[in-house]
Amino acid sequence: MTAITATPPSAPALSPRVSPIDGVRQSLTLAWRTIVQVRHNPWELGDFSFQPIMFVLLFTFVFGGAIAGDWQGYLQFMLPGMITMNMLFVTMYVAQGLNTDLTKGVFDRLRSLPIARWAPLAGRIAADQVKQAWSIVLVLGIGLIMGFRIGTNVGGLLVAIVLLLVFALCFSWVSVLVGVLARDPERVQIFGFTALFPVTFVSNVFVPTETMPGWLQAFVKVNPVSILSDACRALMLGDKTVGTPWHVGSAGPPVVQSLIWAAAIVLVFAPLSVWALKRKI
Amino acid sequence: MDHAIWAEGLVKHFGETKALDGVDLAVRPGTVLGLLGPNGAGKTTAVRVLATLLRPDAGRASVNGYDVVNDAHQVRQLIGLTGQYASVDETLTGTENLLLIGRLLGIPKPQAKQRARELLAQFELTDAASRATKTYSGGMRRRLDLASSLVGRPTLLYLDEPTTGLDPRARAELWELIRRLVAGGTTVLLTTQYLDEADELADEIMVIDHGRVIASGTPDELKAKTGSQTLAVRPAEREHLPIVTSVVGELACATPDVKGRLVTAQVTDPKVLPAVVRKLDDAGVVVTELALRTSSLNEVFLTLTGHPAEETDENGTDGSDQTERSAA
Repeated sequence: MTAITATPPSAPALSPRVSPIDGVRQSLTLAWRTIVQVRHNPWELGDFSFQPIMFVLLFTFVFGGAIAGDWQGYLQFMLPGMITMNMLFVTMYVAQGLNTDLTKGVFDRLRSLPIARWAPLAGRIAADQVKQAWSIVLVLGIGLIMGFRIGTNVGGLLVAIVLLLVFALCFSWVSVLVGVLARDPERVQIFGFTALFPVTFVSNVFVPTETMPGWLQAFVKVNPVSILSDACRALMLGDKTVGTPWHVGSAGPPVVQSLIWAAAIVLVFAPLSVWALKRKI
Repeated sequence: MDHAIWAEGLVKHFGETKALDGVDLAVRPGTVLGLLGPNGAGKTTAVRVLATLLRPDAGRASVNGYDVVNDAHQVRQLIGLTGQYASVDETLTGTENLLLIGRLLGIPKPQAKQRARELLAQFELTDAASRATKTYSGGMRRRLDLASSLVGRPTLLYLDEPTTGLDPRARAELWELIRRLVAGGTTVLLTTQYLDEADELADEIMVIDHGRVIASGTPDELKAKTGSQTLAVRPAEREHLPIVTSVVGELACATPDVKGRLVTAQVTDPKVLPAVVRKLDDAGVVVTELALRTSSLNEVFLTLTGHPAEETDENGTDGSDQTERSAA
């Protein structure tokens, strides 16, 4: 019988705490895990690519003409909003991954390791930025193939992408809360999508706010999905109406408002999520 | 320091449920303590407190002299935890799971890879190293789970029901691995629902029920107290029942229990079996069943507490270890 050596010859000195740099490194290691998961199962990317492709095609060719007179103009108007909406749906994968870790005991294993207490959560959120970036590139790519034209320049487009990712990073805290509260990963889907559907559809993603009844406009105007969509439109299409039948405003106000919304979401949902997580584990 | 693990008066409530109700324990370095009890007895809660995953409501515990609440980070550098639910990432391969832990522990990549290879070889998982763990069998998953907890070469290992749900062969393999770890100097805290598992592996056993320690001692002491084995005899003829009962009663340490034609009794000495055979043969009794088997946890419980081990409690104060976890 050979002994499995598990004890080091001399006990190393134990460190009393984790340095923030180590914490960042540990978070990145945990984020690497998600990248490997995608590499093993590229179909997972396919899973959340199929629906947005269908949506872009459906709205452009089926509804576009009826809504905007011609589908080319509608594509210009709708695509920035579609990018926003789809990216918000993709943030729900944070909830699913976190919930899987919690229910399968992986989270316990991670917490029993001498790593920063915040690293498992930060790693999860950071990793999902890759999926969110993919969702932006995917919808944008489909749009470009179908004839979507950038009215500004590469700079404007990059600012839009960074703004979207920053917003997604903040919005991930909502997803964290869903992941903690849901009983199992299947329920995350139902829970997340039920909450996201009305918020994303009752916005100016598909149609301009002015076409809705007044009482609904009040909600649509303050809806962060509308504001972020407006910011993306302005950053991608420019101040002037570029091929859309409707006016696109300037980028400044919606960009600032989007950032205020993002900050507000973090301020409310980050403490709430951490509190819920502490109660659960 | 005298003890690798030491705890005094641990109390933990989950709402109305008292998962731990004043537990004291001490484990000497290099030995195995078996926490034996039914589902919901508080075993998992005890492990979670000692692994710094839960804060106790009262009482103190330390690992190698480090307090589990105040010096949690030091404690985490000493322990390895293998949970009741094999906590490996199902989407990663065996190698990647071990590499992830190694990298999180700050081991440089080449060494972490080397360590993963070593562990996979020791746990006979080399062939499955590059397969996603969701394709692993239950026994393979447990082995990988155990390997994951050893990446950082912990001096202390917590094994929470390591063989629950495994088939006998996988169980025996895991026992063998645990024995080798102990031979290498690792201190082990083991929880189990099986008396034979505690008997096989533990230097000392503590029986817990409703968050309290109801008996403790070496396996031999405990067996002497409770009768470690059960003798079962079934005579072919009903009229032989009184003779069988009296023969068994004479040799066993407790009053025999008669159910139908089956006579059972707790015994401590395996030598009673040939003695029973001789006496029954002399009396001309033909038996259709004659067996000596390890007592179940239920039978031990019955002896220790006078009530059988309850799986679920009508007060809702019990339940599985899973509900214990989520009740918080």
